[in-house]
Amino acid sequence: MADNVTPRVRVPRDAAAGETITIKTLISHPMESGQRKDSDGNTIPRSIINRFTCEFNGESVMEMILEPAISTNPFIEFQAIVPESGTFAFTWYDDDGSVYEESKDIAVS
Amino acid sequence: MSFSRRETILMALGAAAATALPMSARAAIEDAIAAFTDGAEMAESGITLTAPEIAENGNTVPIEVSAPGAASIIILAAGNPTPGVATFNFGPLAGAQAASTRMRLAGTQDVVAIAKMEDGSYAQARQEVKVTIGGCGG
Repeated sequence: MADNVTPRVRVPRDAAAGETITIKTLISHPMESGQRKDSDGNTIPRSIINRFTCEFNGESVMEMILEPAISTNPFIEFQAIVPESGTFAFTWYDDDGSVYEESKDIAVS
Repeated sequence: MSFSRRETILMALGAAAATALPMSARAAIEDAIAAFTDGAEMAESGITLTAPEIAENGNTVPIEVSAPGAASIIILAAGNPTPGVATFNFGPLAGAQAASTRMRLAGTQDVVAIAKMEDGSYAQARQEVKVTIGGCGG
């Protein structure tokens, strides 16, 4: 169902140790709510991203459970503490079992 | 004017049905709140919900929640076909117990955010959003 799903993430390249940074994520996805009907009156089945997680060096930053009320191309903005240099791992879980992953490195100066 | 036993019972049933009807329309969101809080008392402060007063397009309504000290935050929309919108669970590296996203609203309604604090208490915030064009298709 969900074709051309492209995750996009904006993370600063570097930060001071212990600094709080803002992360913005956007993923292209139709987020079909299961409420709409096609031209023949048939319900279009639900197909959404139902879960998103962000981890830094294996430790959880946050998890989000998404419901059909989240807009097309889900946008999520949140904040994270950066204790050391490392990698942010972002994971989106689709209703159809697909998993979309993205990672970003950050250097602590 | 006197009522027979049968009429009295029918009237009682009718009255019960009349009071139950608006209850069922509200039940979905009340159930969702109860499932999250276990019926606990909710404070009115400690959580901020930022949403536009008027949203022209119900398909993408930007919202922001912030609740310092929260372990998780749930967002509900009272007038949507299903009330659940999103749940945020914050981990140890969360820089702030805050997040923003974009949601769909079927029509003018209250948006509710409830935070579960780390000490086990709850706080809620409520805001009405007026929607010009609903965002649920159909």
